[in-house]
Amino acid sequence: MTAPLPAPIGAPVPHRRTWRLVHGRGRYVGDVTVPRLLHAAFVRSPHGHARIDAIDVGAAAATPGVVAVFTGADIATVCRPWRGVHGLFPSLNAPLQHALAIDTARWSGEPVALVVATSRAIAEDAAALVVIDWTPLPAVADPETARDGAARIHPDLGTNVCLVQSHESGDVDAAFAGAAVVAEETFRFGRHTGVPIEARGLIADFDPTERRLTVHHSHQCPHQMQNDFAVLLGLAEHRVRVIAPDVGGGFGIKQQLYGDEIAVCAAAMLLGRPVAWTADRLESFTADIHAREHVVQGRVALSAAGDILAFDVDDLHAIGPYSQFPRSSAGEGRAVVAQTGAPYRFGAIRARATAVFQNKGMSGHYRGVGQPIACAVTEVLLDKAARGAGLDPIAVRRRNLVRAADLPWRAPTGVTYPRLAFEECFAALDAHLDLEALRRDCADARANGRLRGLGLACFVEMTSRGSGFYGTGGVAVSSRDGCTLRLEPTGGIRCLSSITEQGQGAETGVLQVIAAAVGVPLDAVDLLTGDTATSFHGGGTWGSRCMAIGGEAAWRAGRALRAEILDIAARLLQADAGALDIRDGVVVDAATGGGRMTLAEIGAVGHFRPHEVPGAQPQLVASASYGSEAPFRPGCGLQLAVVEIDPDSGAVRLERFVVVHECGLVVNPLLVDEQIRGGVVQGLGAALFEELLYDSEGQLLNGSLADYLVPTAPEICDIELVHAHATPAGGDDLGIAGVGEAGTTGASAAVLCAVNDALSARGASIAQIPCTPERILTALGVI
Amino acid sequence: MKPAEVDYVRAETVEHALALLAETGVDSKVLAGGQSLMPLLAMRLAGPERLIDIGRVPGLDRLEIVGDRLVIGALVRHHRVATDPLVARAAPLLAAAAPHVAHPAIRNRGTFGGSLSHADPASEFPACALALGADIVLVSAAGRRTVPAETFFEGLYQTALGPDELLLEVSIPVATPDARFAFVEFARRSGDYALAGLAAAARADGDRLADLRLAFFGIGDVPVLAAEAAAILASGPHAETAIAAAVATLDAIEVRDSAAAGAAYRRHLARVALRRAARALARPEAAACR
Repeated sequence: MTAPLPAPIGAPVPHRRTWRLVHGRGRYVGDVTVPRLLHAAFVRSPHGHARIDAIDVGAAAATPGVVAVFTGADIATVCRPWRGVHGLFPSLNAPLQHALAIDTARWSGEPVALVVATSRAIAEDAAALVVIDWTPLPAVADPETARDGAARIHPDLGTNVCLVQSHESGDVDAAFAGAAVVAEETFRFGRHTGVPIEARGLIADFDPTERRLTVHHSHQCPHQMQNDFAVLLGLAEHRVRVIAPDVGGGFGIKQQLYGDEIAVCAAAMLLGRPVAWTADRLESFTADIHAREHVVQGRVALSAAGDILAFDVDDLHAIGPYSQFPRSSAGEGRAVVAQTGAPYRFGAIRARATAVFQNKGMSGHYRGVGQPIACAVTEVLLDKAARGAGLDPIAVRRRNLVRAADLPWRAPTGVTYPRLAFEECFAALDAHLDLEALRRDCADARANGRLRGLGLACFVEMTSRGSGFYGTGGVAVSSRDGCTLRLEPTGGIRCLSSITEQGQGAETGVLQVIAAAVGVPLDAVDLLTGDTATSFHGGGTWGSRCMAIGGEAAWRAGRALRAEILDIAARLLQADAGALDIRDGVVVDAATGGGRMTLAEIGAVGHFRPHEVPGAQPQLVASASYGSEAPFRPGCGLQLAVVEIDPDSGAVRLERFVVVHECGLVVNPLLVDEQIRGGVVQGLGAALFEELLYDSEGQLLNGSLADYLVPTAPEICDIELVHAHATPAGGDDLGIAGVGEAGTTGASAAVLCAVNDALSARGASIAQIPCTPERILTALGVI
Repeated sequence: MKPAEVDYVRAETVEHALALLAETGVDSKVLAGGQSLMPLLAMRLAGPERLIDIGRVPGLDRLEIVGDRLVIGALVRHHRVATDPLVARAAPLLAAAAPHVAHPAIRNRGTFGGSLSHADPASEFPACALALGADIVLVSAAGRRTVPAETFFEGLYQTALGPDELLLEVSIPVATPDARFAFVEFARRSGDYALAGLAAAARADGDRLADLRLAFFGIGDVPVLAAEAAAILASGPHAETAIAAAVATLDAIEVRDSAAAGAAYRRHLARVALRRAARALARPEAAACR
């Protein structure tokens, strides 16, 4: 779509929901009240791996106020177990997982029993009285032990390997044999998690007379959960309603099925009473999904001139004890295989990703999934190779980036990129700052004994997937979204959208699209999201898609509603609909701009005097749904970090952080900026602070907000945002690419490159994140 | 994360609080600002039968100079320690340390007496009390006693405070015009518990330091006075050789090891802190440094 789009598309409108939330008018799951509500607390495994010999619930059940205590076997009477399979990966081992562990617990924090009581406090008191006889089993914690050791987490599988994905293209061995420089590194990425401010939670309300389940659920994908609950609990899906009210952050943590959550639904079914549960922060750390525990052996081959010849990566990814459901645990390793070297032209790759089971918490799809791993491996290897060849690392990047002339770029990874805009991104970076001056400043500082460095990471973000991944793989996850618009009698528009909102602002972007599509002021549109009973079955929030997919559906619905309004107006005015327009909520003569009718007049006629409309039954409603036909839409950009390391304490201080980004049509630059900033902060957390530490027995050592270090404002410098603009893709759609994961995808890589640039003053380097002060001092040989 | 059921009594006076503490058969905890105790209750790491809330006991928030001593009542909030001009004048080390104590919301509630009686090994004020030679005043129904900071901190979260005693106030010698101090802390994030830190206080005596006290925190179970290092630094002009010699004595100090920071790293940070503090103390306008 090339014609300029009408306002308010492109306007930096503040997120409308924020106004309500900061006035204390939020309505989260914890604010929902239901008559006869009961409260749940879980008994969780204290062991990384142990057999359950007996469970004595007597004392807990006898506690005044306790209504029921359920074990795994009890829940299994109404809840089927599941396997996290994926049809595109037929060799994926997906062990059967129950909502609550029945005979063996495989991670510390796995739910084992559920106490339901008249208050949460009573439920917690009683949970402490459940007595479980355990026989500890050998635990498998670190990735290499999981792959190579003797202990088996699922003895019937005969292996701890969940999945091996391999891809080879081009003559890799010849490329390395002929390379002028080969850079090689073993990378270690710390396990981390997303830490939404609102913890996971739900209220499940079951009416046995109609076998109707209504769940208020803090979740990103209510439609997915409607389907999962119906299938696993044996209910008719059209009588399952999942409502995601205000949700305080998701980041992928609220994207999958959790055993504890479906157990709450099962408890509501067994009791015929509504049951509420919200994770406390300690439970969140052990039972929320984790991500990105990888060990990667990586190599890159460079010619003497600085051409990238080949990559060779071997990724080991530890995923906890099960393949996640319903999406499976293939995605993170898949991203490493598919996205290594993504910004660059090169001819050959050998990539392998091995996912292994271990006795730690479940892993899942945290913001960016495997893309930050692929980006960091690529960028650090390039820096190292360029240094080895005596070349300028940034010049090497510029030399090898995919150019407009290369599009569509068929990468040796097997991925085809229809659109990348690195030339525009570099031009925007050069316009924003003097890169050479910044680099000189760092070099001068290093010459004076300081440890100051600059890192530049190029990144590609795969957004807005089509149905070729989950759909083709037989995974019941929608890659579409839908939008229904209704013209109300007084001229306002009500929107029912299947997108979901966790704070990112997609709702406001969709409102802007509708206002522009119909031709009404922003405030003339109201939006309802997150309710599976009212909206089209859509994907919700995952993989940076709400605006690109849900925004497109909204645009199409808006144009359809506009067409009907104009048709009604033309009939009433005995005019040609093509000569009319809707501007600022008024039907006008397109040529003169003169007002002809208000939307309130259209609404009143259509709803109350439809007989006045000659030859038509006014519908005053329009729906559209949309799914991308392409496998994905790429966004791309650059992230630049300047850091200074205190050589005494090893602390890394962020001095400057710049993101240059291209994402097609920007509906709301303010919200795009804040999405990217938020993503960057999570990437910076991964690079510098966040790591879930386990001991060899699978015990989490730092599962609290005092010990798991999420970056806070004083640790972060200003994040400068630069929008690059490239030629639109030219399809029949709005041409929006997602931005949700862009910041996270490149931030860790930029920091790691900057840290290594700083450490180069003393000939040191690091290939592990987070770059803790202790690791920096170790790399420097100080401790 | 709900605390177990607990009795709650609001003490009206010190005498009332002491009477409640003296009651036998009740496992009580004194509640002041609650910034450490309430999370411990919520996480069920502490499970007293009774909370005795001294938050509204009149007079416990006194902050005044009595003779040559600064008296800080148990209920004086961290925010007041950080901002009151009296503290800045009479105990500038405390004013310098206070911004390192957690975050503003916690400093608004947390109390000086609570910090000392909780005795977290990574917290700032116990080390400051030690460096400043504070006297800690305890009362019980049986009477009043004064315990010097040197013997108050007995172990990890362990103090000389008896089960029937209340920490009433802390008395600190008022800083003299020749007083010097330094405060150095290393934490991963702003407001985090210290991985290692040093509170140092002395008097300038020509180009030497007198009465130098170096109190490390975050490295052991209790704040530690590095007497040997202090003796070396106080014995002569603060040359780099003296600093190196003082730093070398830290090899003998016991340092704890944890997932958050290994022993070698903590010991290294202690050495860095001592170097920075020693150099700062050498300057006439010795002040806090990081």
